[in-house]
Amino acid sequence: MTREALTASALGSSQRESLDGKAGMPEKIGVKNLDFHYGQFQALKDINISIPDRRVTAFIGPSGCGKSTLLRTLNRIYEMYPGQRASGEVIVDGENILKPGADLTELRTKIGMVFQKPTPFPMSIFENVAFGIRLYEKLSRSDLEERVHWALTRANLWDEVKDKLNVVGTGLSGGQQQRLCIARAVAVKPQILLMDEPASALDPISTAKLEELIEELREEYCIVIVTHNMQQAARASDYTAFMYLGELVEFDTSEKIFTNPSNVRTRDYVTGRFG
Amino acid sequence: MNTPAAPSAPAPVNLARRALIRRRHRFNTAMTVVSLAMTAAVLMTLGAILVTLFYNGIQAIRPSLFLESTPPPGSEGGLANAIFGSLVMTSIAVAIAAPVGIMAGTYLAEYARTSKLAETVRFINDVLLSAPSIIIGLFVYGVIVLSMGHFSAWAGIAALAIIAIPIIVRTTEDMLTLVPDSLREAGAALGTPRWKVITSISYRAAFQGIMTGVLLAVARVSGETAPLLFTALNNQFWSTDLNAPMANLPVVIFQFAMSPYEDWRRLAWGGALLITTAVLMLNIIARLSAKGKRA
Repeated sequence: MTREALTASALGSSQRESLDGKAGMPEKIGVKNLDFHYGQFQALKDINISIPDRRVTAFIGPSGCGKSTLLRTLNRIYEMYPGQRASGEVIVDGENILKPGADLTELRTKIGMVFQKPTPFPMSIFENVAFGIRLYEKLSRSDLEERVHWALTRANLWDEVKDKLNVVGTGLSGGQQQRLCIARAVAVKPQILLMDEPASALDPISTAKLEELIEELREEYCIVIVTHNMQQAARASDYTAFMYLGELVEFDTSEKIFTNPSNVRTRDYVTGRFG
Repeated sequence: MNTPAAPSAPAPVNLARRALIRRRHRFNTAMTVVSLAMTAAVLMTLGAILVTLFYNGIQAIRPSLFLESTPPPGSEGGLANAIFGSLVMTSIAVAIAAPVGIMAGTYLAEYARTSKLAETVRFINDVLLSAPSIIIGLFVYGVIVLSMGHFSAWAGIAALAIIAIPIIVRTTEDMLTLVPDSLREAGAALGTPRWKVITSISYRAAFQGIMTGVLLAVARVSGETAPLLFTALNNQFWSTDLNAPMANLPVVIFQFAMSPYEDWRRLAWGGALLITTAVLMLNIIARLSAKGKRA
């Protein structure tokens, strides 16, 4: 099947209607004709996808398929590295964030990100969560404490750390560190949460807690999650995009992707025949 | 995969293997003994130096050593002016070198990792790092001492700073490179401007390493003799004038140790003990703070 046909099948007008119909949620992030290059290598080829608000969207696919790259264009974090460039459109709330004048720091206060390996800053648990708040808001000490409390509660971590807020964040377990990073991300009240394989460094119990948290957070945030783990995508996400070799092969409700995918490669992948 | 072994006579194979293993054991033991002997030789050399230094130096340690200036031959005196001069020149030199070195290291590690300019700077810095210190002394002599027309503490400070900067640049860059990029990404993803990612996150993560580099630079320059011979030279008297020649421990040791006068040589031993102790302490502090980082 040609790429055009694939894209059409993934994002045909009838399908998009049905998606919107089922979702009942407006588009939060729209990606149009997105190409991405690492130097000479083209990692994303003409990606078109519409990510709904207040739902969990998962990107799945074998290693190197471009799912992390796609996630990293959504807040332009790739720009930290020379030689990486994106062309096309990524529209967040009606604004193309790829256009040169877009304000990055403002954009990133709206979009939180959680990484594969937990990344607590070398400072206390309290300071970790307060770090992002302090960047853009001048809060009184009590308001700040309240916000940190709220964020840690939101991340289901408060009960475990309330007695050691002044302990350095790197002393926590891997799962706790990851939830600390989520607390840090939600503390600045973003609207979108990007998660790049957030559970891949965690044990099963921490993973279950994290998925539970994602389930709670989806009511308020637009969540995009990259995962290697297909069970996780099936369990935790409302929509799933299957990517292969830099192309978006199929995008649909998770239920459809995992039970009755339209594309043969999607079917082969989700049934474990390759990848 | 597993083909069953031929049932016939496994014994000779085992014997050959056992001989091989015994040979390896013998070789292992021999190498361990040789390595231990070499280590002992190095440690004994170091031990002999320290013992001699301590034995001779301790006899010079008395209050007058810290209170009186260097004497003319045949009279009583101390090293107060040299100790003061060394402290002043070393601290001002490091106070100049630390910000320059840390910022240059930051540029290399944070802003210009792969640029041509950074590669050039890195290469030149490495050359400077291993340049013999006497060359740096001669350079400062040519540039500052000759144009001023006389030796001065400022010239000494310049020479020491030039020696310290490449050390600090190198350690700062290395330590910042060890900070994982994921931490920088996490900072940037929160909407943190780049300068704040560097000052609040990278520096904090690399703080102890950078401090260790500064301490090691202090240890290195506090024992330098050759560059000071060409720049600060020496001063028999108590002087706080940075525009005039200034006494300092290494040059005093150099001068006194080669003199025919008994009391000068004793003072040289005392000074040597002081420098060695100071450098040893700095190294221990640097080591401990580096260890604290890992814990």
